[in-house]
Amino acid sequence: MLKQTNYLTKNYGKPDGHRLAAYEQSGGYRSARKALGLPRAMVVDEVKKAHIRGRGGAGFDCGMKWSFMPKESPKPHYLVVNADEGEPGTFKDRTIMEQNPHALVEGCIIGAYAVGAHAAYIYVRDELHLSKQRLWEAIKEAKAKGYLGRTPFGKPWEVEVYVHTGAGAYICGEETGLLNSLEGKRGEPRLKPPFPAQYGAFGCPTTVNNVETIAIVPTVFEIGGDAFSQLSALHHFNDGGVRLFGVSGHVNRPGIYECAVGLTLRELIYDLGGGISGGRELLAVIPGGSSCPVHRPDEIVQNERDERFAPYNGKSILDLPLGVETFRAVGGMLGTCCAIVLSDAADPVLALQNLMRFYRHESCGQCTPCREGCGWLERILDKVVAGTASLSELDDIASIASDITGNTICAFGDGAAQPAMSFVRKFRKHFEDYLLNAGRSQTKRLVIA
Amino acid sequence: MAFALSEERERELREILSRYPNKMAACIPVLHLCQEANGNWVSDEVIQYVATQLELSTAHVKGVVTFYTLFNQSPPGKHQVWVCQTLSCALRGSGEILQHCEKKLGIHVGETTKDGRVTLRTAECLASCGSAPMMQVDKTYYENLTPEEVDRILDRLLYEG
Repeated sequence: MLKQTNYLTKNYGKPDGHRLAAYEQSGGYRSARKALGLPRAMVVDEVKKAHIRGRGGAGFDCGMKWSFMPKESPKPHYLVVNADEGEPGTFKDRTIMEQNPHALVEGCIIGAYAVGAHAAYIYVRDELHLSKQRLWEAIKEAKAKGYLGRTPFGKPWEVEVYVHTGAGAYICGEETGLLNSLEGKRGEPRLKPPFPAQYGAFGCPTTVNNVETIAIVPTVFEIGGDAFSQLSALHHFNDGGVRLFGVSGHVNRPGIYECAVGLTLRELIYDLGGGISGGRELLAVIPGGSSCPVHRPDEIVQNERDERFAPYNGKSILDLPLGVETFRAVGGMLGTCCAIVLSDAADPVLALQNLMRFYRHESCGQCTPCREGCGWLERILDKVVAGTASLSELDDIASIASDITGNTICAFGDGAAQPAMSFVRKFRKHFEDYLLNAGRSQTKRLVIA
Repeated sequence: MAFALSEERERELREILSRYPNKMAACIPVLHLCQEANGNWVSDEVIQYVATQLELSTAHVKGVVTFYTLFNQSPPGKHQVWVCQTLSCALRGSGEILQHCEKKLGIHVGETTKDGRVTLRTAECLASCGSAPMMQVDKTYYENLTPEEVDRILDRLLYEG
């Protein structure tokens, strides 16, 4: 279902669209005023009704996550916003911070109140200098108006929002790695349990949410939780509202598009993305950041166990609405909803080699299966491309990836294993061609010539 | 010589400390502050200074410095250039952009030009996939790059200011 919306993006591209005046002119900060007038539990309930599935990739329900925070606690609570955007192919949060920072600040006010926090930390990766600058400016503007501080909107519930910077480590996008980094330590993920809601930042109850998740919260209070959820074509999958869809790689119009949940890959690639560059055919698409399994356009949806899939059975995966549950049920993953598109000019073997270099570089090194496994995967891929690997080494890719999966502290290892396993399984002939014919049938390039 | 911050930057340090419930949490932002004041790298003297200011062991601070790629452990050139090489950029020609930079600067990735003006590096995904290929120069993103645009940018770094 292609339904473009503009809740988050209405001021995108306008010269002063990121300033308070523009935000308030389009209804900004009314939601925070409204939410702070409600009891905390009602704020959480309204967000539950909205069925916001976490926009950072895991797809966990936002209201549910908020409800895990202790009702009363002798320790301070914290809201932490994950703005460490760095999942290959994902570039949506940056647009919010640069072009609509006040939505995030307003979301922080509502979120902090809902989870019982008086401080919110926005953890922005250091490279995003413009994002940090725009957020600090927005915080300053909101503070000057009295929307932040001791009594936001006259409510005696102090809220302060701070921007915290990383220093170049993809792993800090993992929520517990992020918390360690926020505490001034190496960004190595922590074992769970205890979960952040019990023992998060500084040992206190903490909720960690993605930028887009928090930035869309004001919209929930603008139109109501139920109404928000029903904007989605996947309301009956408890996957509500609108979200930012990204598309990059071999398409004519790469970019970020705000649409109701339930958009299909075909709509994203062809209608919004303007089709494949150079008039080529689609070879493969990774739906939501590189840690998701890759899909081929000839994959057919088949899920007889769930009657909600009846409308999609027998159709191409390109016509399956992009949702957390829908993609999980077909052995895929929705992730961040920012698709990477490969045309048939691209060599999938080189694409996987590129990704495996990324994972080897970014593995934090804490767990042996991930630290060593990602290195092995990259080295085998290098051998494949050089034409010196054996067929058994091709099988080693799947077994190494499978040995990483589930055997590490955090999900990074699984994120490396998913593309490795799916690329080799779905493009096996392309890989074998390198071993049997020195890759003669392959394009041996990633770009469209 | 021992490292110290200017008065203005010291005020900034105190302001950073006021954001957190303890001093350790200020470690990364304070390292950034000191790195900038120290010609964009973190020396042993900087580590000593940060450890003293934040009441941490030098081992802790060094552990943090060595974990994060954006803390330089040796002095870089006057300008730092990062060319993103991850998949979305690679699909749109970042490999060619990198080669072009190497040729234009006469250095390989990881090196600094002889006159000390530019250090060339690769980067993993910089969240700019929709405007690939792209590179970061110091604190600025340059997107939808062409070789001609890269020439103009690098000329400025090499010959101006």
